[in-house]
Amino acid sequence: MTTTTGPAGAGRPDLTPAPGAAPLSRMVSAQAGAEIRAMLRNGEQLLLTMIIPVLLLVGFSAAPLVNVGGGPRVDFMTPGVLALAVMSTAFTGQAIATGFERRYGVLKRLGASPLSRSGLLLAKTLAVVAVEAVQVAIISGVALALGWRPGGSPLAALALILLGTAAFSGLGLLMAGTLRAEATLAGANLVYLLMLGCGGVIFPLEAFPDSAEPVLALLPISALAGGLRAVLADGGGVPFTALAILAGWAAGSLLLASRTFRWE
Amino acid sequence: MDSPAVEIIDLVKRYGRTTALDGLTLSAARGAVTAILGPNGAGKTSTVEICEGFRRADGGTVNVLGLDPSRPELRARVGVMLQAGGVPPAMRCGEWLRLMSRFHTSPLDPAALLERLGMTEHARTPYRRLSGGQQQRVSLAGAVVGRPELVFLDEPTAGLDPQARHACWELVGDLRAAGVSVVLTTHHMDEAEKLSDHVVIIDHGRVVAEGTPASLTGAERQLRFRARPGLALDELLTALPAGSAAKESPSGHYIIEGQVGPELLATVTAWCAAEGVTADDLSIERRTLEDVFLELTGRELR
Repeated sequence: MTTTTGPAGAGRPDLTPAPGAAPLSRMVSAQAGAEIRAMLRNGEQLLLTMIIPVLLLVGFSAAPLVNVGGGPRVDFMTPGVLALAVMSTAFTGQAIATGFERRYGVLKRLGASPLSRSGLLLAKTLAVVAVEAVQVAIISGVALALGWRPGGSPLAALALILLGTAAFSGLGLLMAGTLRAEATLAGANLVYLLMLGCGGVIFPLEAFPDSAEPVLALLPISALAGGLRAVLADGGGVPFTALAILAGWAAGSLLLASRTFRWE
Repeated sequence: MDSPAVEIIDLVKRYGRTTALDGLTLSAARGAVTAILGPNGAGKTSTVEICEGFRRADGGTVNVLGLDPSRPELRARVGVMLQAGGVPPAMRCGEWLRLMSRFHTSPLDPAALLERLGMTEHARTPYRRLSGGQQQRVSLAGAVVGRPELVFLDEPTAGLDPQARHACWELVGDLRAAGVSVVLTTHHMDEAEKLSDHVVIIDHGRVVAEGTPASLTGAERQLRFRARPGLALDELLTALPAGSAAKESPSGHYIIEGQVGPELLATVTAWCAAEGVTADDLSIERRTLEDVFLELTGRELR
């Protein structure tokens, strides 16, 4: 025997119209929470954002595989790995996730909800920053256990991380909003590997030919890793050059992304 | 409440060289169910997506609840069910519905809504693991959870099994009873006939007919029978009352329209007997929306 109605006693929801948009803060926090849960639940994303950075930190701090000049290896490695972590979340993870959201009509559907596009971008940014905070806590914890002694101004480091986040988010959204989801997946991983290899994360830029070095120094990952290293390892002042490079990437990529982003 | 739920005048939409909508005009009344019926490529989705604010018109006027479709305040007042997708594949459907509900001031209880749609046991299932019909139901729930005044449902029952279709129809009936305006697209005749107050048949981006299901199908009935092809229908017509019509479509299938009653039936069978023709499968039927549609567009729906 089958029934076509719900179980006995199931209340019928009152469908009488009572429309209204929730306050922006509630919509943004709900959306940001959903984005954070999605990021922390996604296995591949965790591999990229948490596991690989920590493995690189532990492995290269322990083993003398790379000539990092004087000083404890962990002092050289930690700023680079922090930069890598920021890139993995703000660029790689965000590009791939947003690319597939576009492909699956999620962005389109959200466009029909009361959450505005700027609200959605704010929620995405909050989620990225929240996951970065978890990454920084874990990486710093592991580094401190390995004997890391950070110096310099925490505020300068924070400014670098925030501008780096803006630059990498802009690049990630530029990819996600223009390429097919599969192309974004492949491209974002490729860029991650290239930046990991050539951006002063593990291998100092000095290890590259003299002609390549000034070009590589302009990459956002080099600016972020180098800037963090100048502050945290060398106790330098405000790294204006690094901040300027990151600001340039952020402005250019966000502008281009906002002009070219396709929501469907 | 004076403006219609949706008012479209001379709507034009082009994609490159293709004209998808070619001066389409229609109106959907408040508190009523309006079905937009048409074959694939007729312009149903383009029409609805312009009303939803996803696409811009190339010409004409569109008002939704008396406003331009791009107005942000409509997002809270209008519920939308896309033809496909829209939900993150890895997200649990209960979680997605709760998220959608958090965007509204007085939403329905997501759990009660899932129960209403027979989806309670799947609340913790990721969207991508649901069957096509279950995904459609989640999407439908998302369209109504914010208690909108107007909902757009783009092919809400495509791919549903009969039971899920029935659940969807029931919900549309409940929406109507609660005073919600519903605009849905479909290429199921029975759906349009059963659910809607007003049917708009479109083809090649234009309205070819509209009205209530009853007015479209007409009160007239038809006499149908099968016989050998090529009967001389002109002769038969002279024997029938004035205003009757007879046609052979397709070959060997005959349809007589007019005052279909015992008298007409007797005349036709007597004529057949005189011609030495055996009439098979003789039946009297009401015209269906499908007949109307085929007459108007000359093509099959699916």
